[in-house]
Amino acid sequence: MDTTPLANGRNLLEVRGLTKIFGTLKACDQVDLTIAKGEIHALLGENGAGKSTLVKMLFGSLEPNAGEIHWNGQPARITSPGVAKKLGIGMVFQHFSLFEALTAAENIALSLADDTPISTIAAKARALSYSYGLPLDPESLVGDLSVGERQRIEIIRCLLQTPDLIILDEPTSVLTPQEADKLFETLERLRAEGKSILYISHRLDEVRRLCDSATIMRHGKVVGHCNPRLETPSSLARMMVGTEVKNAERTTAAVRGEELLSICGMSRKPAGPFSMPLKNIWLSVAGGEVIGIAGVAGNGQGELFEAISGEALQESADAIRIRGKSAGRMGISARRLLGAAFVPEERLGHGAAPRMRLSENLLLSRHTTDGKVFVGTGGMVKSGAIQKAAQRIITAMDVRKSAPDPEAAALSGGNLQKFIIGRELDRNPAVMVVNQPTWGVDAGAAARIRQALIELARAGSAVLVISQDLDELFEISDSIAVMHNGELSKPIPIAEATLERIGLLMGGAEPGHLDPAKEVA
Amino acid sequence: MRIELVKRPERSQLFAAFSPFIALGLTLIAGAIMFTVLGKDPVEALYYYFIDPLREVWSLHELAVKAAPLILIAVGLSICFLSNNWNIGAEGQFIMGAIAGSILPVMFPEFQSWIVLPLMLLMGIAGGAAYGAIPAYLKVRFNTNEILTSLMLVYVAQLFLDWMVRGPWRNPEGMNFPETRTFSPSAVLPEIWSASGRANWGFVFAIVAAVALWFMLSRTLRGFEVQVLGQSPRAGKFAGFSQSRMVFFAFLVAGGLAGLAGISEVSGAIGQLRPTISPGYGFAAIIVAFLGRLNPLGIIAAGLVLALSYLGGEAAQISIGVSDKVVRAFQGMLLFFVLACDTLILYRVRFVGSSAAKTVEATQNV
Repeated sequence: MDTTPLANGRNLLEVRGLTKIFGTLKACDQVDLTIAKGEIHALLGENGAGKSTLVKMLFGSLEPNAGEIHWNGQPARITSPGVAKKLGIGMVFQHFSLFEALTAAENIALSLADDTPISTIAAKARALSYSYGLPLDPESLVGDLSVGERQRIEIIRCLLQTPDLIILDEPTSVLTPQEADKLFETLERLRAEGKSILYISHRLDEVRRLCDSATIMRHGKVVGHCNPRLETPSSLARMMVGTEVKNAERTTAAVRGEELLSICGMSRKPAGPFSMPLKNIWLSVAGGEVIGIAGVAGNGQGELFEAISGEALQESADAIRIRGKSAGRMGISARRLLGAAFVPEERLGHGAAPRMRLSENLLLSRHTTDGKVFVGTGGMVKSGAIQKAAQRIITAMDVRKSAPDPEAAALSGGNLQKFIIGRELDRNPAVMVVNQPTWGVDAGAAARIRQALIELARAGSAVLVISQDLDELFEISDSIAVMHNGELSKPIPIAEATLERIGLLMGGAEPGHLDPAKEVA
Repeated sequence: MRIELVKRPERSQLFAAFSPFIALGLTLIAGAIMFTVLGKDPVEALYYYFIDPLREVWSLHELAVKAAPLILIAVGLSICFLSNNWNIGAEGQFIMGAIAGSILPVMFPEFQSWIVLPLMLLMGIAGGAAYGAIPAYLKVRFNTNEILTSLMLVYVAQLFLDWMVRGPWRNPEGMNFPETRTFSPSAVLPEIWSASGRANWGFVFAIVAAVALWFMLSRTLRGFEVQVLGQSPRAGKFAGFSQSRMVFFAFLVAGGLAGLAGISEVSGAIGQLRPTISPGYGFAAIIVAFLGRLNPLGIIAAGLVLALSYLGGEAAQISIGVSDKVVRAFQGMLLFFVLACDTLILYRVRFVGSSAAKTVEATQNV
């Protein structure tokens, strides 16, 4: 770990001992960070490592409890995003803050706190967007734009304020590989112009490709600085995850039981202007196995989940079979009655109602399957039985909470996810379909959830896991299929699957027809 | 110095319980100011408004007469609002229920039997529910905004009633007054206890409906469905509940109860159809629903409070000579303060001193 002197003129930003405490949790603990002029600096870390907290302090959304920030060698107090912008810090958020009913130019004008006429802003934005190879029509309505184009608006909006430091939070998580490549070109140009970039990601490949230096965080602490180009993905991953979190144990490949879930040539028209159509999907999951579905976000995984769960019905009843029964025209409750269980990607508002108690959220997915236990004659809810079941799940999954039966929104992401997964496991489902099982979940909870999924499969159930986290899929799956542009590749047995092979499929190599000879060594 | 709203980490139970009372207090203060500006003694005016009507038995009966439609409509609306269906058209459903329920006594006055009254009530419920089904169908089928459609249908209903009593249903022996014939005794909703006042069985219906809906909301799977679909539609879909069926359910329940209120009012309190049969019960019930925290038991209390504001308005008009529009002003202020105070459940108020502002400026000069 090098400690450069404070007044080094080459350094744009220096952070020393920055600490942020939420209650008893040290979200950032004595964090040091140095960003030189004209470099792309990676901030690496798992979900919950403290990256977002650190960045929010740099952008003035949060005030640190201790520590100092030096900007261009001068001490600075960043008390609000306005101050950060004045200093020359711009930020592109992971979740966009754009009004869909307004044009791109109007959205940009909203964030510039002056009276520049919209036409001037539009002209500037257009010029800037073309000069950086991010073509954008300022007159177009945001609602009509793709996610990648919306991100361009955010980037242009940020660049219009001519920042010296640009913070990008997980920018490629919503991009196709092609869009990501374009973004990388833009970032490299900005670097060539002498601007500094703080690049937050947990994708090791892009960090190794793009970044000049990296700071790695774990559990709120900086655990290392390095030059990512000199590291291997596995050495970076080791620093990120640490060694104390053990991987889920996968017992040797299970005996393939009978087929419990099968998807036979399912297609689905796009449900809305931005959703992906599903094209002729075939998949079969047998009892005893875990099948993983990999893919860049927005390639139809959400649509696939909705189709399997029955939130969206299929045209033909035979498109989906659960335990041998044609379920394509059945709703979600009927599919649950066949023995299937579902865990959606979004926890709050989809998998759970935020303002309802855990016991009420238990009823959410189990009122039909456990109708006799939880619901009495005349639709009377048996709250005693529900309370008991909720406590059983809370104990089984080690859900940590502050009240006996708190509202779902009061739980941390990891604990709520443990409850939601536990709610379904408690039924011993024959078929379990999970979308992003550990998204935004801390490492400990993630390990527990993965272990639970493997154990469920080994006990004879069919488990289908949709995830963007390749490491997770390699850890728990018996075979991995890849989703790209609404199409699903053939599952590749884990013994034959390599990161390169899966990566190629994610990038759009012809699904299902991958010739091993074409593999990139 | 400026005032900021800061989001609370979770709902404040304290303010959830006290917000209606704070709102009532603020309404009284604002009312006192209003009377002062009108040149009346505020203490005397508030006394006539809120205390005087409670002093005699017959006027307690009047309170029940006014509260019955408010409670009946508001408990139905609570199902709508809890399930995120913004039915603003209860006034129209009330009127249509009254018209449908009046078919027998107006068109077949000779048909007199014990069965007339139950049939009238059922037809009233059916009429209100059918009228409520229109915005529900439009919402489900065409994704129209139910606030607009249900509100506009109020005016349609009002004008339809006006035309009916001036045209086809005008009393042939009524000296050309715009009224239907008066209902025969077998078509009149009986009084509960006629020795002491006018209160009719409509009040009993209101209490029964409130208790039944409270039970449904708090103890049954259907009530759970109402709340899940209202709070997070997507989670409701994940639970396997149907949004479209809930739209119809909420509008049919609310419309049916408004229709029952309508026919009860016409049959019990008025005894015939007139161009105007409601002093805005359908709209005041929106205030009642929110003042009662969308809880049917709370709505019983809130309905009595709003009924008092009608009675007090009449009393104050007679004794101190203020306009009857004061009633609307009071109801408007009450709704305003209730909604404003509800902000305190999710937010707390923070006063930001000028010192904090200075540090911002100081750092900007770095």
